[in-house]
Amino acid sequence: MSRLRLYQIAVVAGFILLLEALCLAGVIDKITMPPPHIILLDFFRMMMAGRYFDEIGKSLANVLVAFVSAYLIGVIVGTILHGHRTTREILDPLFATYYAIPVFAFYPLFIVMFGLGDGPQILIGFMLAIVAVIVTTLNGLDRVPPVLKKTARVNGLSALQTARRITLPFCAPYLLTAAKLALAYAFIGVIGSEFIMARSGMGYEISYAYTNFDNATMYPLILLILLLSIAANSLLSRWEKILLARRGQG
Amino acid sequence: MSAAQVTPQVTLRGVTKVFPASAGGNPVHALGPIDIGIRKGEFFAVVGPSGCGKSTLLELIAGLAAPTEGEIEFEGRAIGDNVPDGIGVVFQEDACFPWLNVLENVEFGLRRKAIDADEKARQAAAVIDMMGLREFARSYPAQLSGGMRQRVCIARTIVAQPRLILLDEPFGALDQQTRLLMGDEVLRLWRQTGATVFLITHALDEAAMLADRILVMSARPGKSIDLVETGWPRERDSRIVERENFGTLTSRLWKTLREESLKTMGRTG
Repeated sequence: MSRLRLYQIAVVAGFILLLEALCLAGVIDKITMPPPHIILLDFFRMMMAGRYFDEIGKSLANVLVAFVSAYLIGVIVGTILHGHRTTREILDPLFATYYAIPVFAFYPLFIVMFGLGDGPQILIGFMLAIVAVIVTTLNGLDRVPPVLKKTARVNGLSALQTARRITLPFCAPYLLTAAKLALAYAFIGVIGSEFIMARSGMGYEISYAYTNFDNATMYPLILLILLLSIAANSLLSRWEKILLARRGQG
Repeated sequence: MSAAQVTPQVTLRGVTKVFPASAGGNPVHALGPIDIGIRKGEFFAVVGPSGCGKSTLLELIAGLAAPTEGEIEFEGRAIGDNVPDGIGVVFQEDACFPWLNVLENVEFGLRRKAIDADEKARQAAAVIDMMGLREFARSYPAQLSGGMRQRVCIARTIVAQPRLILLDEPFGALDQQTRLLMGDEVLRLWRQTGATVFLITHALDEAAMLADRILVMSARPGKSIDLVETGWPRERDSRIVERENFGTLTSRLWKTLREESLKTMGRTG
């Protein structure tokens, strides 16, 4: 294990220990937050009992649908836009300011329009994720060196073969970055909208537990979301690292 | 001489290239009209001031672009908008595929050949040996120096056994020592493969050292203003610069080119 990694772990462990100390000393009172070791025990108890598994499954399924659809449609739209200069230039200001708009500000509108079902939650996750995918795809396609395209032609590759054997492998690191962003945004969109416009799911259960002072449910669920999101992200980061290391950028 | 009666391998007749006007500009007359005949097996170099259409000329012969007027033939057949089989190109920019290792990069050059994977690996390995890259066969381009990456690109080109090799300032990005050594390497490959070599360069000494014949081009639109026969023996290397007439040759090239180069800088000699 590298020295850097040790320091990284030390920072996280130190923070948890600090929380533990503050909780035990009573600086943070029990109603606000139980000590981390209690959260961990509650977490294991919840997992062993299989409580909220339906809710967790429902949320994760919605995240997955939002992620996959935003990713696939985003890559396709990005690829099409790359070939349509004018359309791209018209849409550029939208892409540039997109993340300055708090999508959740529209939640009353969404409720009126879509009700409290899964649809609007997925839609918000999708809307948050798709633009990151489009922009990252465009960025990757812009960077394909012209000399590689010429090399493809010199070697007699058709347009389709060029896409598969040159453009796709060249853009692979960008496509992975797009996947990382899309997953993070899908999580934020889906879980976030469950807080305010749902009757089920992890986000809803957290907010329900919150209004009932049910820390034994709220904190383990927050921990679970943290773990899931970090796990998914590190999996993609690892893959990205392998690709980049090969190209001397790792 | 009998060579004069043989049909050239590459023929350009009245070739011009005009790039259509971009928004708000005028059309750019980049090249020609130009007539060239390249003999089979010769080492042919083109020099000219920057922006004279040298690279455009190469792209036309490679079939990467179509001429505005005139015709280009390779082995008696017209080159359309497609790269004909039998022509290999090495570009100035690094054209290695960063996601493939050296062996895979070189094997890519064989993708048009109808041979099995084992045979491909064998032929690629042979060319990698020839280019002195054996111990780097499993390395990725990012782990190699600029000169070595260019060697990989040359290996990827010659593995397909092209009958005509087009080199577009292939050593432009390399330091002077590496350039001289790469020149030796290209001369060796030229003799070993028996292919025709067409070299675009801005370095007069490089052209004088490597080529059998040197075409000097004018400032834009690039036309032929001189065709110099070097008269070097086929067995030669970079030590040819020590010869007395190397200096005479280089100064003749410079004399022709000086005025043209001044024109591109907006001055007169």
